[in-house]
Amino acid sequence: MITILLCALVGLAPPTDIRVFDAPSDGGGVIVVEWNLSADDASIDGYDIYRSDNGIDFSKVGFIGKSRSSYSDQTEDGVVYQYKVAAVSDTLLAFSEPSTEIASEASWINVGKINIYIAMVIFGGLILYFIYHARRGKKLFIRKIAGLQAIDDAVGRATEMGKPILYTLGLGYIEDIATIASLNILGEVAKKTAQYDTKLIVPNADPIVYTVAREIVKESYTKVGRPDAYDPDSVFFLAREQMAYAAGIDGIMTRERPATNFLVGYFAAESLVLAETGAATGAIQIAGTDALAQLPFFVTACDYTLIGEELYAASAYISKRPLLLGAIKGEDWAKVIIAAALIVASVIGLLSRFPILNLFQ
Amino acid sequence: MKKTIPLTLIFIAGLLGVISFVIPHPSYQVYDEWIRNDLLRVLSAFAVVLALGSLLRVHFDKIKRKRKNWQFSWLLLIAFGGSAVVGLFGGVAADGVLPTAVGSFQFDIQTLYENIVIPLASSMFALLAFFMASAAYRAFRVRSMEATLLLVAAFIVMVGVLPMGYSISKHLPGFVQWILNVPNVAGQRGIVFGIALGVVATSLKIILGIERAWLGGGE
Repeated sequence: MITILLCALVGLAPPTDIRVFDAPSDGGGVIVVEWNLSADDASIDGYDIYRSDNGIDFSKVGFIGKSRSSYSDQTEDGVVYQYKVAAVSDTLLAFSEPSTEIASEASWINVGKINIYIAMVIFGGLILYFIYHARRGKKLFIRKIAGLQAIDDAVGRATEMGKPILYTLGLGYIEDIATIASLNILGEVAKKTAQYDTKLIVPNADPIVYTVAREIVKESYTKVGRPDAYDPDSVFFLAREQMAYAAGIDGIMTRERPATNFLVGYFAAESLVLAETGAATGAIQIAGTDALAQLPFFVTACDYTLIGEELYAASAYISKRPLLLGAIKGEDWAKVIIAAALIVASVIGLLSRFPILNLFQ
Repeated sequence: MKKTIPLTLIFIAGLLGVISFVIPHPSYQVYDEWIRNDLLRVLSAFAVVLALGSLLRVHFDKIKRKRKNWQFSWLLLIAFGGSAVVGLFGGVAADGVLPTAVGSFQFDIQTLYENIVIPLASSMFALLAFFMASAAYRAFRVRSMEATLLLVAAFIVMVGVLPMGYSISKHLPGFVQWILNVPNVAGQRGIVFGIALGVVATSLKIILGIERAWLGGGE
């Protein structure tokens, strides 16, 4: 009350220096309004933002709390606007001078992501460079990945035991990279099961993933000259619901008793339900996911776990195609560059006032 | 030809996806939205028909050949038919051509979902508690140096987040936060870097037609 009385007596200081600009690198329809805080900022309620499309009639378009000096307004592209900002304290309003005229427009290029473009060009260049060398016959070394080395043994074990192999693609959609990586591994696993004449079971949670998985398995059987061994019912749609899918796979695990379970793709809370049931049936389990929260469950309950990038490298690792190995080499060098950039940025950040973090945002 | 067409389509679709990241202008974004939403929905509709056909074929075959637990396939077929009838005539939320109800129980998909699917899913979800206990037992068996480290770290974190942690030592809760914020986050970020680069590399390989395992493999 004392504040209001004081404001009424001495007058409420308005915000000053109203600056307006079209929001950069966007799809249009946004104007950013900025101002210098009112001298009475500590005692006011906040700021009302007023807009006019004729320079005379201003109407309120928003409110923002005190100590804040920026507001993003939704606008119609091409219409010229002017803005005023008013400091608000109870019923008192102190208006600023009107801003300059401004109109919003859509951008054709998102220049705000320029650092990402540079990183992508460097990374893409590295991959293409190593692919080029691989194509010319240069031998590329790739470290051993236990989970992928175990695939042959796992398929062999199932063959010897006369039991099937269960391949689970998870809950992911076809646009998820983990699902695509899993489909790539499925193609290689299917070739091995076709060669060994081992039964393969592939239940699916997504209709599109199911259709793609079916074609991949069919193509793999044809590729190794065993189209007759392909069972169309080996790849089937199970359920879209998360827990219905988990229950269905648990049922397959306990009924069919697969010798080997592949749990590769995108998983959520059902990961532990599947992995623990598989462990209880005594199957060898090879898991792989890029879902960070599920990795500990897989590491605990499965014999082998492909962690993150190992999942994406699997197809290259199994097929040994030089072009794919070249891409992995490019990835490794990109990681070296990132690690070096982080170390250099940390040192600069610690020893100087240069705003190094802004370069990475 | 069998591979050229899919690879060309993938290249064009991939390129369009990358362009949408660079161009925020609505005249392009509208087109991108159309591809992502409308076109994909049409494709999904075809896939759903194929998927449901697969589901029915597998269970009809199971009944026909009297495979193990074939009786349960009848349950699925009855539930499938029942849901279809309720969905077709009762609608999603009692907005179908023939909305019916017994008391307050509406015959629509929403009611079926809320009263059958959700309770069943919750029951499955509840099993996680038991699975976690058995997984924890497996993880904490001291078999190797890594397992010992895991056991020690987990024990410290568990004790540290409890009120008794502060009673043992006033430094313990802070140490637990350090474990969670520093070594734990460092490890996670390392994995995230690998995942991010792997995603870009895999996308690039698919767009350029280098990765073809999804087509059944081959050069």
